Amino acid sequence: MSDLNQQMAARYQNNFLKEIEEQAEMGEWVKMCMQCGLCSGSCPTHFQAGWEHPPQEIFMMIRAGKREEVLSSSSMWMCTSCYNCYVRCPRKVPVTHVMHGIAEYTYRIGLSPKQQPTQHLSKTFWDNCTRNGRVNEVKLTQTLYFKDGIVSGIKKAMEMQSVAIGLVKSGRLNLMEALGGGHKCKDIKGIHAMLEKAKELEAQHKAEKAKA
Amino acid sequence: MARKEYAFYPGCSSQKGASASNYLTSVQSMCKTLDIKMTEIPDWNCCGASISYAEAGDLPRHVLNARNFALAETNLPGQDIVATCAACWLGARESKERLEHNSGLLADTQTALKEAGLNIQVIPAVRHMVEVLIEDLGYDELAKPVKKPLAGMKFAGYVGCQTNRPFGINGESFENPLYLDRLIETVGGEAVPYDQKVTCCGGALAFSEPEKAQAQIKDIIEAAYDGGAEMIVTPCPLCQANVEVYQGSINKKYGTKFDIPVLYYSQLMALAYGASAKESGITGNVVRARKLEEFAGK
Repeated sequence: MSDLNQQMAARYQNNFLKEIEEQAEMGEWVKMCMQCGLCSGSCPTHFQAGWEHPPQEIFMMIRAGKREEVLSSSSMWMCTSCYNCYVRCPRKVPVTHVMHGIAEYTYRIGLSPKQQPTQHLSKTFWDNCTRNGRVNEVKLTQTLYFKDGIVSGIKKAMEMQSVAIGLVKSGRLNLMEALGGGHKCKDIKGIHAMLEKAKELEAQHKAEKAKA
Repeated sequence: MARKEYAFYPGCSSQKGASASNYLTSVQSMCKTLDIKMTEIPDWNCCGASISYAEAGDLPRHVLNARNFALAETNLPGQDIVATCAACWLGARESKERLEHNSGLLADTQTALKEAGLNIQVIPAVRHMVEVLIEDLGYDELAKPVKKPLAGMKFAGYVGCQTNRPFGINGESFENPLYLDRLIETVGGEAVPYDQKVTCCGGALAFSEPEKAQAQIKDIIEAAYDGGAEMIVTPCPLCQANVEVYQGSINKKYGTKFDIPVLYYSQLMALAYGASAKESGITGNVVRARKLEEFAGK
């Protein structure tokens, strides 16, 4: 157990709903769910295999105190941010954001499944776009392909070769970005300072809530 | 002075040499014809997109968008922010709403912005290019400069997710928005019946869960063919890329023979307004729109 996880488990003991309400973004909406299942029926990833628990099941599991099962589930990471559930929910639960919020929380306390590809993408994307203030698409793709090592990376790159060639030919993939060219903000220093402050404030508020 | 002026937020994918650079090209051509002046927000940054939630958390994401608000407000006072990318629009607009409805969040955001020497007074309106076209100009005005109607061409209007949900275009339904079909008709094309109009292409999961995303993309393309479309049209850069560039991989996996061009609404408009293939950005399509290339040459 990570330190933060241990601390949270001790703080909230048998009240997992309260833990989600206080620690996960939009978590206070969980209790509004009336178990109609419209979110699950509306989810595009529902039609593909690979989904342990649909959103309404996650909501019920939270209320039933199934902490480990919820926080270690890969289900929240299946969200494509299509907002179908969000606009259809009869109780106006912002399901998309609740899923992101729970995913962020479980990632923060170190309980989320390791090697989850969308979790890896989430981190890679944020690191990439905040490094220079703008996304470097070539480096983003490289990092994603080579996450499981060189051999697998080369294989994936070969598979996607025709896609890449098409994009380069049509002027939509600038290979110079791989060499440190590419797009940058001028005030990178300011952006980094501002984001660092934001992280600091957010951590502070979450810690205060856990102490209260 | 131009008819309309806006603070332009192109977003990362619309930069020179990036994956939606041809979208930008077509928007520039379209706006020139319509006498719309778009001034880039100086030193704008990435919105964080929808996918960065795990690493970003809550506040840092809003702070990222707030920097753009502050830069727009300072440098282009009184102008609405206009995004062409669905995710930029959604991310920025969500941040605006959250900051305006949560004084604590706003106070924290101001504290963080101070580190970059910035401050927010009033957050400008955050709008999508399509809103500008429909609400500020209207279909009749958009039809006036049409020199070459796209007569006899059949398009599937693929709206996708994030230009449609959760905010959407005012007055349109989430389940069957009609604005894209109307834009197609405004430039003389035919909008075919299309039952996958608002289906998700998989979004960012096309990277992390390619098989699942490609299964969805397959349905989206199949339905376009079923409706009799020759081309697909979309307002979203990620929809465009996902539906276009994986056709080869899908053909390999499913034995299909997909070869359908995927365009932006702005490309159709630019072409109908008389733009060349280059000006309309169709030379930047991976699946070549031969019929439109020929049309542009006439």
